[in-house]
Amino acid sequence: MSARRERWLGLGLEVTVPLLALGLWAVLSAGSDTYYFPPLTEILETFADTWVFERVGSDVVPSLVRMGLGFAIALVLAIAIGLGLGLSPRARRAAAPIVEFLRAIPPPALLPFAILVIGVGNSMKVFIIAFVCLWPILLNTVDGVIGVDLTLRDTARVYGIGTRDRVWRLMLPAASPQIFAGIRTAVSLALIMMVISEMVASTNGIGYFVLQSQRSFAIPEMWSGILLLGLLGYALNGGLVMIERRLLRWHRGARASALG
Amino acid sequence: MLKVEHLSKTYGEGDDAVEAIRDLDFEVSEKEFVCIVGPSGCGKTTLLKCISGLLPPSGGEVRLHGQRIEGPPEQMALVFQEYSRSLYPWMTVRQNVAFPVRRKHSAEDTRRLVESAVRSVGLTGSLDRYPWELSGGMQQRVAIARALAYQPEILLMDEPFASVDAQTRADLEDLILEVREEYGVTVVFVTHDIDESVYLGDRIVVLTPAPTTVQEVLDVDLPQPRDQVATKELPAFARYRAHVYRSIKRKQPEAVPVETESARA
Repeated sequence: MSARRERWLGLGLEVTVPLLALGLWAVLSAGSDTYYFPPLTEILETFADTWVFERVGSDVVPSLVRMGLGFAIALVLAIAIGLGLGLSPRARRAAAPIVEFLRAIPPPALLPFAILVIGVGNSMKVFIIAFVCLWPILLNTVDGVIGVDLTLRDTARVYGIGTRDRVWRLMLPAASPQIFAGIRTAVSLALIMMVISEMVASTNGIGYFVLQSQRSFAIPEMWSGILLLGLLGYALNGGLVMIERRLLRWHRGARASALG
Repeated sequence: MLKVEHLSKTYGEGDDAVEAIRDLDFEVSEKEFVCIVGPSGCGKTTLLKCISGLLPPSGGEVRLHGQRIEGPPEQMALVFQEYSRSLYPWMTVRQNVAFPVRRKHSAEDTRRLVESAVRSVGLTGSLDRYPWELSGGMQQRVAIARALAYQPEILLMDEPFASVDAQTRADLEDLILEVREEYGVTVVFVTHDIDESVYLGDRIVVLTPAPTTVQEVLDVDLPQPRDQVATKELPAFARYRAHVYRSIKRKQPEAVPVETESARA
């Protein structure tokens, strides 16, 4: 009974607090004639005019494609390399200095190089996004594989489980909670790098739109772009949480039963 | 069928070396139920890992049908004490039991083997549940079913019932005696529980404290089938129990003389 009340209360707070914040913003900015902070109503009107659905095809879709492609490439590479490094201590030692060095480079610093070598097109942005997403997933995969319980591995050995099953049906699922943690980090980094790469060199995309609006003093447009990016990040994270809940149901169940 | 000869195992090297097993010999014949019992802290788990080929011995060897064991052999299954860490939590009971089997058999045979093994341990109703939805005793039944479906000639068990409550433990003891008959499997059962070793075993191998070696091998001549009440109230059961107990206590180095001195005084 009280647990149920607690849940409804929580849900209520989750809905009302953002609405209150928006309301406060609307009230405080109503009739504002400050150039940089236009009234919220104006921003929202611009938002509707701009993004529903006028610029979806020209800016939102290219942005999402870059991000999705970069992320997907990183995901596949990171899990493949991560499994390899996790399974072989020698490969791990050999790769450690390079991995540590590459991931220490702030990715925006690679932009000039990428533009020089790959050009200003989509490939450059996909490359930068993939580069940034690779490390958190890779390192988490390696850690996850190393951390697979010895008894689980001994069990597989006793029953003569072959390499393919051992990798795909033992190591990968066992490491998946950690891999997912890496994916969550990677997705937020992907959004950041998408915006940055579009601001530096692009002719379309949400990042390009925000910077372009600012440069042409279209302040409500600029705000509407920022709002959209925030919503996008929120939706992406929400989607990931839902996928994680489904895929890692066993993990939460096993943990709960171990504690209980 | 299984022969352990001059087995020794030392962990580490030089000054840090720890001698876990020293020159250990015993034999297990076909269809036999052998209990290995020893004081806690002796190298029981190490011994079982050497027998199963998970650990290479430092000296001596283990032979199965005359063949030297270098890695886990096909004819062996192992049930671990930590059932929650030996079952795969992302697989259902059915998938767990099928995992080692499906590689060797057709889909149809796998299904048949899995279902009959799960029936033997009385978990047919839980086939599509996850291990973590089950109690500890039920999880250990799943681990036993997985071992049985694998159709091993020899089943190794490493203190399999040490982490379940007493009632469940008695049930599982009777279960393992039943499935042993049903599947005609040879069992090597490691335990630190003296009653359990006498109740289950055809023979008991008593180990010394580390560096572990064989203290004595004892034939258990109690009527079959065993019964939790009838067998345990036999005078012979009490005698075996006392015998094994003394045998284990006999070789507690250093501590023994001091204790007997003070006990006499």
